[in-house]
Amino acid sequence: MSDGQQNDPEVGSGAGGGRRHFLKTLGLGAAAAGAVAAAPAPAWGGRTLKDAFADLFRKHYKEMSPDEVEAALRRIERRAEARLGVGIDCSNTPPLEGVVFGYAINVSVCRGYRDCVSGCVKENNLGRDSQVQYIRVLEMEQGTLDLEQADHYYDPATVPVEGKYYLPVQCMQCDDPPCVKACPVEATWMEPDGVVVVDYDWCIGCRYCMTACPYWARHFNWTEPQIPAEEVNSNTHYLGNRPRPRGVVEKCHFCLQRTRVGREPACVEACPTGARVFGNLLDPDSEIRWILANKTVFRLKEDLGTEPKFWYYTD
Amino acid sequence: MIRFLFDAVRTVLQGPREYWLWLLFLAAVIAYGVANYVQQLTTGLVVTGMSDQVSWGFYISNFAFLVGIAAAAVLLVIPAYIFNRRDVKEVVLVGEGIAVAAVIMAMLFVVVDLGRPERFWHMIPGPGRFNFPLSLLAWDVVVLSGYLLLNLGIPFYILYSKYRGGEPSLRLYFPFVVLAIFWAISIHTVTAFLFSANPARPYWHTALLGPRFIASAFVSGPGLIILTLQVIRRVTSYRIEQSVIDLLALIMTFALQINLFFVVAELFTDFYNEGSHSVSIRYLFFGIEGFASLRPWIWTALGMNLVAVTILTIHPLRRNLVTLNIACVLACVGIWIEKGMGLVIPGFIPTPLGEVFEYTPTRTELGVSAAIWALGFMIFTLLAKLVIAVEQGKVTHAR
Repeated sequence: MSDGQQNDPEVGSGAGGGRRHFLKTLGLGAAAAGAVAAAPAPAWGGRTLKDAFADLFRKHYKEMSPDEVEAALRRIERRAEARLGVGIDCSNTPPLEGVVFGYAINVSVCRGYRDCVSGCVKENNLGRDSQVQYIRVLEMEQGTLDLEQADHYYDPATVPVEGKYYLPVQCMQCDDPPCVKACPVEATWMEPDGVVVVDYDWCIGCRYCMTACPYWARHFNWTEPQIPAEEVNSNTHYLGNRPRPRGVVEKCHFCLQRTRVGREPACVEACPTGARVFGNLLDPDSEIRWILANKTVFRLKEDLGTEPKFWYYTD
Repeated sequence: MIRFLFDAVRTVLQGPREYWLWLLFLAAVIAYGVANYVQQLTTGLVVTGMSDQVSWGFYISNFAFLVGIAAAAVLLVIPAYIFNRRDVKEVVLVGEGIAVAAVIMAMLFVVVDLGRPERFWHMIPGPGRFNFPLSLLAWDVVVLSGYLLLNLGIPFYILYSKYRGGEPSLRLYFPFVVLAIFWAISIHTVTAFLFSANPARPYWHTALLGPRFIASAFVSGPGLIILTLQVIRRVTSYRIEQSVIDLLALIMTFALQINLFFVVAELFTDFYNEGSHSVSIRYLFFGIEGFASLRPWIWTALGMNLVAVTILTIHPLRRNLVTLNIACVLACVGIWIEKGMGLVIPGFIPTPLGEVFEYTPTRTELGVSAAIWALGFMIFTLLAKLVIAVEQGKVTHAR
């Protein structure tokens, strides 16, 4: 925390005293003070007026100078502490050189346990009450790929069921992503490592990207996402798993906070059957490249031309 | 100029008791809606019936309908300015007033749908990042705001000229009229493309969507204008010639016939060889897996449009004001359902992953929507009051 003085009095209390203190430090006039005092406390989510202002009038991620990014990261940390009661560490690790991430799932091995789902929820600070999940595992009828026949709400305690197979679906990190085209404010884009990311502080919440996505991979925060303090993952990334505000869209980002420092995504680690393979598509010696070269693979809805970087294969 | 604005304000502030009661009623509805919107702002869009499955609902449905109403003003603009029909020219400013109110309503329906309305400025090029020309939503922002400016600018110039006791110079405003005509078609085409641009949603992903939007707009638009003109005829001394209503009724008849033909074309293509692209339309008309909440809506709309087209096609019934009005109301409501609950919502059902999850608007959504409609009516009432006063020469520079 670089700015402890700005941070402390406003947190949680919402008391008028704290706000007055800030107005004094900001040197605002009496008229402004009157207007501010009349506003209800949650208007800036328990943050300082200065932080709220800085958040409101911040620049687009790609237009921020390194200093401005740094300031934004610290604001995110303060905001998270005020809201969740836990200190987090928000980084901005850049994409690795010569890396484009890809993913493959072995459908003949997946048993539908949904451990990937719970691993993802914990790792990525997904709202517990809002029940947003980046991964949806479909229980499919053996002998068809017809999604209309899939069961989305099967009981994981009874899997695997005879006559069924399991098809996990998440963001395909399309190479020609229709969601990126759809966004009217460029709040979502593809990073050089091939991951489609969202700037949660730039998204206006129009949800046109959700309409454009053929994989139902985008989710909206209909309410303030709640995470119990003891379950918050404090290792976060600006474009990744940092706590999201209400009213914006989020999606799977291949666990940027892990994968950009050489670790596997949480879903790969959580999978008990080894069905999930993650790696660098540009590395000819990677496991994922071996699978693409030696296995029968398919992609979901390939005919839509979005070029998913996400394959399924069988043994 | 300042005196004109001053006189304009004075004109709309003067009126009989009924006028004030009407405005008061609208203000009450707006206040109720604002209270609902405050609740939505402070709690989040969770207070609506929308979900990750059906992520657009009643708001965007109304938006799609209202863009059509706005575009339909062109049906008065063309005969008035291009064919120079005197009878139409007398009411063309009323039509443009409807367009202004409709565009503002359409824009507000998008704004209330935003999760982060305070970040709206992110769309302004310069301080924000405007994804133009890639995003169809960006296109919609451009065409709608342009259309609003055109429909404010042209009537303002004409009214101001008349206020000063002169005649507006045709050579000066004609280029803008031509631009406004193309622009009107573009706003509804772009709005249709906003939906049809998505292969992820097979129900919308058809080249017929643009033509269907235009055809249905040329039904609901004239229908609403016909009803409005009769109200003006009743509550003011302003003369509205029957020939204008006859013209609009005829356009509406053709448009509704074409629109129903489009519906048939769509039903045939989807059901003759039924595949995965037909699931939404099956859900809409017949229901799937026991879910069928939209079924009564679409059959009602279809029934209304069929009765309306029958009335309109039979000449004596179309020329009779009572039956014509019935047809107008039926067609307007029918198109409103067809384009809203019948077009926007089923596009999301089932989801791209095949999940069937239904949607019903909540009381909050209905309240906010009612307020936007009331505001639209209020804007139109005030504009119409001014237009009629100036046209009748009651507000002039001389006084």
